[in-house]
Amino acid sequence: MFARGPSLGMRLFLLAVCSILLMYLDHQRGHLQTVRQALSVAAYPIRLIVDLPSRAILWAGDSLITRRSLQQDNAQLREEQLESRVRLQRLEALQAENDRLRALLESRPRLPDRILVAEILSVDLDPFRHRLVIDKGMADGLYVGQAMLDADGVVGQVTRVEQLGAEAIMISDPGHATPVEINRNGLRTIALGTGDSGRLLLPFLPNNADVQAGDLLITSGLGDAFPYGYPVARVLAVDRRPGEPFAEILAEPTAALNREREVLLVWQQDRVPDEIVPDEIAPDEIAPGDDEEGTEEAAAPADPEP
Amino acid sequence: MSNRYRIWPVLAFFLVAMSLEVAPMPEALAPWRPPWVALSVIYWSMHRPGRYGVGVAWLIGLLLDVLKGAVLGQNALSLALAAYVTIKLCQRLRVFPIWQQAISVSLIIAVLGFIGFWIDGMTGQLHGGLLRLAPIVSAMVVWPPLTWFADRFVAPRVRS
Repeated sequence: MFARGPSLGMRLFLLAVCSILLMYLDHQRGHLQTVRQALSVAAYPIRLIVDLPSRAILWAGDSLITRRSLQQDNAQLREEQLESRVRLQRLEALQAENDRLRALLESRPRLPDRILVAEILSVDLDPFRHRLVIDKGMADGLYVGQAMLDADGVVGQVTRVEQLGAEAIMISDPGHATPVEINRNGLRTIALGTGDSGRLLLPFLPNNADVQAGDLLITSGLGDAFPYGYPVARVLAVDRRPGEPFAEILAEPTAALNREREVLLVWQQDRVPDEIVPDEIAPDEIAPGDDEEGTEEAAAPADPEP
Repeated sequence: MSNRYRIWPVLAFFLVAMSLEVAPMPEALAPWRPPWVALSVIYWSMHRPGRYGVGVAWLIGLLLDVLKGAVLGQNALSLALAAYVTIKLCQRLRVFPIWQQAISVSLIIAVLGFIGFWIDGMTGQLHGGLLRLAPIVSAMVVWPPLTWFADRFVAPRVRS
């Protein structure tokens, strides 16, 4: 029955050697981008098919919505927009003032970031890791390490860019660490994911650190992973243990991890691709103020602190 | 082997298995997701050992790696091993009563689970604890219905 070719055990041995070689090249070296790209074109349709039912449910929900609830939504959104526009007015004044002060200090002005909306495909990759698949890929100029936000805060960063889609890791993944600072006093630390999408852990603050429940953590911009100043989490509980050198601090992500269907991808200014700017997807620059002296220095890295 | 042999029912079977492997599930149930693709590989290499051998299983595993965003080669290795063990035992497995078959299959899945465990440990992504053993149980549970479905609806369409 198995007379042709090498024996079954031999074949398994060869394939095992191949797999181990592949794993080594892929994980240690990252040499297999092209292989992965080619296979991902075959895998992407499966992801799309899997996403189809939830998309259909959303679509059905959208089309069966009543006029009344639409009107309600509309009214609520209008109110919210008014509110945020009022806040934005103040923000622009503050931004201008900030730029003037920075000019006085002769430090580089902070540059606005470019933003693109991407949709999350409802695909479960691994139950123990917090990974996402999004529907924007290489064609839209995504890059590995790109920050991903939603309306309320940081969601994660892009880990793998494929032809048609991309994979991203969320800040709540147990293998992810986010460089943060406390908004109130600028104390910098690192927030680790816990594997629970409602919790982050701050294990590196000493017992006497100035941190309290309710403090907002924002990205510190260190490590070049995330641009400075986006909200990450809010401190829930501070457990100062006298016997231990470090306090145990829990925080809750401000972003709606695992609940939203859309995320924003942010280009840091030094990473904006020159040629690929997808205009049809409306890359609104919703960053605080686009100032005239800021935009020339497109090659300057985002400056975290004066 | 007969002269008329259709490939598409098996192809469709694997496509469905792949889709189920990444279909969205409630977060609490996600660790209990049965290893659909591994079970399909075991089924086909048990019933058509001449056609679906270690090579096909390896290629399917490679596709699954890309689909799930795993390290390239991880699922390929474990699925090739699953096919190997199944083919070695297929004469015996096929005459087992269904519950005994389910237990043997879940043992194969357990072996694969440990390989996945080692590889994740080596690539530094070892999370989940004891819940990693959940697929062994769920594989045992879904094996009888899967066999029934494949025997009834897919296998008759393969050959005509």
